Amino acid sequence: MTTTITLTDGSTEDVPVVEPKPDARSPLLEIKDLRISFTTASGTVDAVRGVDLTVYPGQSVAIVGESGSGKSTTAHAIIDLLPGTGKVTGGSIMFGGRELIGLKRKETEDLRGREIGLVPQDPMSNLNPVWRIGTQIDEALVANGFPGSKAERTARVAELLGEAGLPDAARRARQYPHEFSGGMRQRALIAIGLASRPKLLIADEPTSALDVTVQKKILDHLEGLTADLGTAVLFITHDLGLAAERAEHLIVMYKGKIVESGPAVQILQDPQHEYTKRLVASAPSLASRRIQSAHERGTEADDLLAEHADEVETTAPDVVVAKDLTKVFQIRGSRPGSHSEFTAVDSIDFTLPKGHTLALVGESGSGKSTAANMVLGLLEPTSGTVMFDGKDVAKLSRKEQFALRRRVQPVFQNPYGSLDPLFSVYRSIEEPLVLHRVGDRKSREARVRELLDMVSLPQATMRRFPNELSGGQRQRIAIARALALKPEVLVLDEAVSALDVLVQAQILTLLNDLQAELGLSYLFITHDLAVVRQIADLVAVMKDGSIVEQATTDEVFDNPQQEYTRDLLAAIPGASLEIGG
Amino acid sequence: MLWYIGRRLLQVIPVFLGATLLLYALVFLRPGDPVAALGGDRGLPPAAEAAIRDAYHLNEPFIVQYLYYLKGIFTLDMGVTFTGRPVVEVIAQALPVTFQLAAMAIVFETVFGIGFGLFAGLRKGKIFDSAVLVWSLLLIALPTFVVGFVLQIVVGVQLGWLPVTAGRDPDFVSLLMPAIVLASVSFAYILRLTRTSVVENVTADFVRTARAKGLPRDKVVTRHVLRNSLIPVVTFVGADLGNLMAGSIVTEGIFNINGVGGTLYNAIIRGENVTVVSLTTVLVVFYIVANLLVDLLYAVLDPRIRYA
Amino acid sequence: MPDNANAMPRPGQRHYVAPPEDVKVEVVDALDASEAPSSMWREAWREMRHRPLFWASAVLIALVVTASVVPSLFTPVDPTSCNLDNSLGAPTSGHIFGFDKQGCDIYARTIYGAQASVLVGVLATVFVTILGTVVGAVAGYYGGWFDTILSRITDIFFAVPLVLAAIVIMSLAATRTSLVVATVLALFGWTSIARITRGAVLSVKNNEFVTAAKALGMGRGAILVKHVLPNSSAPIIVYSTVALGVFIVAEATLSFLGIGLPLSTVSWGGDLNKGQVSIRVAPEIMIYPATALALTVLGFIMLGDVVRDALDPKARKR
Repeated sequence: MTTTITLTDGSTEDVPVVEPKPDARSPLLEIKDLRISFTTASGTVDAVRGVDLTVYPGQSVAIVGESGSGKSTTAHAIIDLLPGTGKVTGGSIMFGGRELIGLKRKETEDLRGREIGLVPQDPMSNLNPVWRIGTQIDEALVANGFPGSKAERTARVAELLGEAGLPDAARRARQYPHEFSGGMRQRALIAIGLASRPKLLIADEPTSALDVTVQKKILDHLEGLTADLGTAVLFITHDLGLAAERAEHLIVMYKGKIVESGPAVQILQDPQHEYTKRLVASAPSLASRRIQSAHERGTEADDLLAEHADEVETTAPDVVVAKDLTKVFQIRGSRPGSHSEFTAVDSIDFTLPKGHTLALVGESGSGKSTAANMVLGLLEPTSGTVMFDGKDVAKLSRKEQFALRRRVQPVFQNPYGSLDPLFSVYRSIEEPLVLHRVGDRKSREARVRELLDMVSLPQATMRRFPNELSGGQRQRIAIARALALKPEVLVLDEAVSALDVLVQAQILTLLNDLQAELGLSYLFITHDLAVVRQIADLVAVMKDGSIVEQATTDEVFDNPQQEYTRDLLAAIPGASLEIGG
Repeated sequence: MLWYIGRRLLQVIPVFLGATLLLYALVFLRPGDPVAALGGDRGLPPAAEAAIRDAYHLNEPFIVQYLYYLKGIFTLDMGVTFTGRPVVEVIAQALPVTFQLAAMAIVFETVFGIGFGLFAGLRKGKIFDSAVLVWSLLLIALPTFVVGFVLQIVVGVQLGWLPVTAGRDPDFVSLLMPAIVLASVSFAYILRLTRTSVVENVTADFVRTARAKGLPRDKVVTRHVLRNSLIPVVTFVGADLGNLMAGSIVTEGIFNINGVGGTLYNAIIRGENVTVVSLTTVLVVFYIVANLLVDLLYAVLDPRIRYA
Repeated sequence: MPDNANAMPRPGQRHYVAPPEDVKVEVVDALDASEAPSSMWREAWREMRHRPLFWASAVLIALVVTASVVPSLFTPVDPTSCNLDNSLGAPTSGHIFGFDKQGCDIYARTIYGAQASVLVGVLATVFVTILGTVVGAVAGYYGGWFDTILSRITDIFFAVPLVLAAIVIMSLAATRTSLVVATVLALFGWTSIARITRGAVLSVKNNEFVTAAKALGMGRGAILVKHVLPNSSAPIIVYSTVALGVFIVAEATLSFLGIGLPLSTVSWGGDLNKGQVSIRVAPEIMIYPATALALTVLGFIMLGDVVRDALDPKARKR
């Protein structure tokens, strides 16, 4: 018996079906009251506190939670791959009627790959850089007793890579991981995970490091593949929209416990637990409108929204105007003397009206951050101009440029890299004031306190250091530092991308409130269209250095003109779901 | 890969020129007049002095003298020792035993260093790990000559297990102790480096992936943990050859081995400056060449380098 | 597969909602006010305080440094007043280690020998740290031609092994004081620190807080001094501590070869050199300076180890 699998390149292929469809009525995986703890210097930490979970053959189940919720720990415990000091302290994990806790090492090794596969999270670090891709898949075949000669294995490796959606698989198999893009590596990892036709595939945030369009392609492919093979999938994800779109049963975890579980659609449409409600409300992929500022929240929302859109087109003067902006980088080749030119930004035009938010959206390599750095004056444009308040930035004198710094300030993505770890919060926020000789010691301290109030952090925070703060708190400090000199424009370069959903929603609300309060203009750089809808008035979609579409947010979302924009919109996880309530 | 080799070969040229120039300049700039010193208190007859100055191009400007010195390196003409033997001949005679000693030391330090480091790293925090770490610290803290003397007295004199000195035409057994002494410090460093990278790699994502695909533990350890941990170790072994050379001077001196190091040791003690400089030049050239080879090995071990 | 959604949930998959009192939903991203503020350095100190190895090395270093500054605190005997009548004499009261071949008090010589080692070690370390940090930081931070030229120069010096180069220079040197030995060791020992600093600076300079400082209009030099160098200091400190031990070994090796400090200076290396003549008859003569030397070096190397563990955020997480 064979089944036909459709590959992404359109060709089809006959693959033997491994087993007759297993009995779908008895659970494949049944976890009961699972408890896991880690030993640290300061004592024992309970990471998972009594989790129950059931997966049926061929079914897809998703565990959703923020970082630290215990979702990955739960999944790793199934195949005895807990990191460091992690130990299962109680409960049971039944797989196909067999208890997995307390298995001998050899038994676990037999189980891994053959019965349960894993597709890990970060494609960049999960392949061994010193072995060829094919070798790493071949290892999985050998380890799981693939019958056949070396040549047959090589053929099988190419077949598996092709099945995972990698064109030209035989040649690709001879390449090394560093010759692969992120998406290609993720496909190789999928090929490894499915190499021995496991009954269950654990997909641990399998695509969160990838661009949305790539993510969608890979997830679609994975879904088709596992459906054809009859593989059950346990998704681990932080993205509620993605989980609901890809799984029929959802498990929401919070601080090591399950707060709510059940049919995906039911949970999304009618969340019961307070935490799930929050999660549903904050998930950017599910949000359908702009966040309102504190002021607006008081009045009727719809009127204001309409008013907002009008304003963009009529009244507000343009504070930043980019014209024909181009940046060409010289790339040194591997051969001596050889170098090529790379046009990161290709004559783009955009305008940022005062008091509004313009989002530059694009996937990695689209040139959006390069554009942002030119607005910030950190990169010199190869050609074209950035006008600030009607003045060409490039033609300013040194002194004028220094003065301009006060009016445009950045907030960056990485909450761990954006603050000097050796500076106290006070010093970090005070630094711009000292540099620009604003006020005396006393007035500066008062300003720091005021700024901490603005970003809703207690004033006592100023004596702390970045390593004691969470990602969201650091990002608040970074915003406070950017606001210290009372700038008119903030360049927010992926400023919320690294944060958990709830924290992300909180920071977006804060940004929105600050904009309404201080009349700030935002240049919002992001790869995440879902977030754009929550914060931006205008959107410019970038691809390969050019702006392919530019319009108001509502227009872009309701009536996208370009194919690429439509692809991007369709790739937002959960875009196809309809959420009530 | 070819481009990598080519580029690496090109890089060697300025390093070679720079290093020899540096050495030569140091000798050239030393205080005092070597020719005048030759004659002792009475001084040489002016004609003889002039002849020597001509023969050694001492009247030429510095850079010309340096070029003569370079020519000497390439034509294997590096002057004579105090006893009148050409330096090249001395080196040619001394090289085989030094090579044998160095090869034995490198085998000891890498095999045992990587072995102990691997086991310590896999048992991080256990007693074996702590014991090995303390041991390695002790070895690093003990200068080579102290280790040499201690082994000589304990193993050689008191226990009588191994010959105390090697002497002329040493065999494998009599080189055993010197090789262990020579390897001791580098062994400790390699052990610690291996342990550190093993500890790092054990928790690496790709190792977890390897385990998740069902690879048995010994294969995970050899093919993923150990294989990747070798990369920094190889780099270290290359850079450490310099220490091995310096160590061979002391070791060959203590064990009375007539290798390059032993010859250098005796030349230092007798104050034969010409021989010291020539032999050092030879060692530096060896060091540069060996490092080149190590870099190529590094490229074999790490595919990312070949395309960088 | 939301199409199955309307089917009856299967056993174990019915809609479950945790009772609200079971899991308390906390305020999002609340600040933990319970712990006192602490900087990275204070955290490192807290980490080190709990390590016995730290205290062992601290005691060793304190003892050696005290002995090198005020040796008379440990012994009233003059190490240079020797009497050949006592040659190879056994320990007596007041001379607990006995006498060497020249009839000098070994204990006093061991105590007084600390000064030479510590002086050369500290001087050489200070020199290489300054030179290496400046070269590495400039090369790494400014990049371009600076980097190319400085890196090539570093390669050239790196191609001449430290002890080998020191042997050549010292065998030709006219004067051999601690300062000369330290300078010679520093001249060929700075390359490792330069490479380490360059690497650290390269990784720090791409941090977003550096870009943020640029966006504030801060000058390049100011950013290097205020942000980049302090954040690159951890590996430099660790390496310098270990290098101090390595330089002490190098000095001892040179003195042992008779081309380090002159024999008239009391030093461990020199005493080991003198001791090897009578090694077969009286090996214990060499044990004392060798042990003192090893313990000193051990102190600095262990300290380097502890400091590295304390400063390495990766090691701390594990």
